[in-house]
Formats: sequence, structure tokens, C-alpha cells
Amino acid sequence: MTDVGNIQAGAVGTAPVAARPTIQVVPLKGLPIVAVVVAFVIASIAGNWLWALTFCHVVGGGLWTAIDLFVGLIVGPILGRLSLAARAEFTARFMPKMVLLMPTLVLMTLAAGFQLALKLGNLSPASPNHAWLVVSFCVVGVMAVIALGVLEPANIAVLFEMRKPNPDGAVIATLMRRFVLTAGVTGVMQVATLIIMTRVATL
Amino acid sequence: MSGIPAAAPSSVLSRRFPPVAELTTVSLGLVVIGGILMASYAPRRPPLGAPVAITVASAVLLLASAYLTSRVRPFAWDRFFLVFRWALLAYVISAGMIGFAFVKDHVRGAPLAVVFVMLVIFALDVPLIIAFTVARYSSPAGYDGSLPDVSQPA
Repeated sequence: MTDVGNIQAGAVGTAPVAARPTIQVVPLKGLPIVAVVVAFVIASIAGNWLWALTFCHVVGGGLWTAIDLFVGLIVGPILGRLSLAARAEFTARFMPKMVLLMPTLVLMTLAAGFQLALKLGNLSPASPNHAWLVVSFCVVGVMAVIALGVLEPANIAVLFEMRKPNPDGAVIATLMRRFVLTAGVTGVMQVATLIIMTRVATL
Repeated sequence: MSGIPAAAPSSVLSRRFPPVAELTTVSLGLVVIGGILMASYAPRRPPLGAPVAITVASAVLLLASAYLTSRVRPFAWDRFFLVFRWALLAYVISAGMIGFAFVKDHVRGAPLAVVFVMLVIFALDVPLIIAFTVARYSSPAGYDGSLPDVSQPA
């Protein structure tokens, strides 16, 4: 999310006054969809169904990686060139959806992936994939700490700030700087994931 | 409805806090490392020395963060607890799913206990980081004056 947060505090105040959308930090309409996805993942693990586990892992992982790279490499730089009012409006509509979407995709990918690895014997020390999978755990671990410890708190704090009658542009800019600082690491980790997973699938 | 107003020098922004988010993120990082160690041995029984040591260190950091948070005055406690309880619900569900996968894969006894403690820490770490981050940038209810530096315990 390279330039999503490039809202400069001082400049924000000079932006043309625009109507701000009402912000719902967690979009409640999306919760039933999340519940269905989580139930499906639990059922897949409980039933140890190869197709369902593969579906959850491949679909979840593909979307997670693609969204991360697309937002960081394509949406972010475009957003950085928009007017401040447009950026604020986009962020207000975009970030609540990410609050639900990304944790759901991550949960779907990791839970199904671990079960799939066990079922296929890829975690066995005798498997040629074992080392690759341990490396992938490390890559996911780095991404998890960045996402859960740095980005998600900033995302939610920004949404709370934007809900205020008079949001503080300096607070938003400070929080959004985290996305810029971690974008490079996240991008490298996602590319590493693509390399590891294609290796695992072809060994 | 108005646009985002000018950024005046913000007392919320300039106020210094104890390193709660940093300590809790390190605690989270430690349980992630412990989880990787445990998972990399699946389906075998893992040696527990390193995971237990890591879990203890993580728990100590979490407790230290909780203690430091409890000492912050004034603080947007209403906002903190609002965010904490919803985030806790979400991450208890996440941790429950991970725990379910381990139980389903026949992890039993001491390894399961270690995983369970790690998941409890995980389910507390993330809500604490989110709630603290939200609350630290919020003005405490009914507080209108300049906010004191609380980076050092009183």
C-alpha cells in the first residue's frame, strides 16, 4: 500500500472541502459472508476434504498475494497522484472493506494450507518439500507480525480518526506512514511466497 | 459534513506514551516464532524447551504491556475497551480455529498445552495493540486541556 497514506498533514487542511462519507469501521453487511467462509474452512479441516482444503488454500492465497501486490504496486501510486479530497474519500470507502477482507483471506489460506500440508505429507521430514514449507512459515510469520502488529492497528486507528467530526490530518498522516514504510518488506515477502509455493507444487 | 480540516499542532500526536505497542508486537513476534517451531515438527512430537522459553518471554512482555497500559492517565479508556472487546472476539475465533486444527491433527498433552498458551497470548496481543493504537490517538473523554507526557511510569 505504497502511497495510500501520502496525505500530508499541512496540505490536508488546504484541500477543497468535500462531503465525507459516513465511515463504518467494520462493514456489518460483510460479516455473514465472513461467517460462511470461516464455517467452510472449519468444515474442510474437520472433514479433511482434499478438494475443499485445496480450494481454500489456493483461492485464499491467490487473492491475498494478488490484492497485496496490486494495492501496493498499482493502486497506491495512483492514489498518491489524486487530489487530497479524492484520496480521503477513497480511503474512507476502501479501508473498511480491507478490515474484513484481508484477515479472512489470511485465515482461510493459512488454516487450510497447514492442514493440506499435513494431509499430503509435505511436512514430513522425509518430504523434499519440508524445508520449503518451513521457509514459507517464516515468510508468513514476518508478514503476520507486520500485518497484525503494525498495519491493522494503523488501519483501524485511521478509520476511527476519520469518523470524528474534525479529523486530525497530522494523526492520519502519521499512521499512514506505516504503510509506506512496510510496503517494500511485504512486497518482497509476497514474491518469496509465490516462488516457494510454485516450487512446492512442482517438486 | 465537512472535509478534513487543517492540522493544527496536535496534543494527541505530540504526547509520548510508554512503548506498549512495541512490546506487544515483540510478544506477538515471539509467539509466531514459537508457533513456527511447533508447526515445523508436525506431525512429530516437537521438543518443548525452546517453545516454552519463548512462550514465557512472550507472556512476560504481554504482562508488562498490560501493566504499562493500566498506568496511563489520562487515557481514552472508553475507546480502548470498545475496540479491545470486538478485536478480542475476532481473534478468539482466529485462535480457536488454529487450536482446532492442532486438536484435529492429534496434538495432545504438553505440546497441546504449549500451543494453547501461545494461542491465548496471540488472542490477547493483537487486540491490545489495536486498542492501544486507537486509544492513544483519541482524546480522553471530557479532557480538554493539554495532555501530559506519560512515557515514564509515575
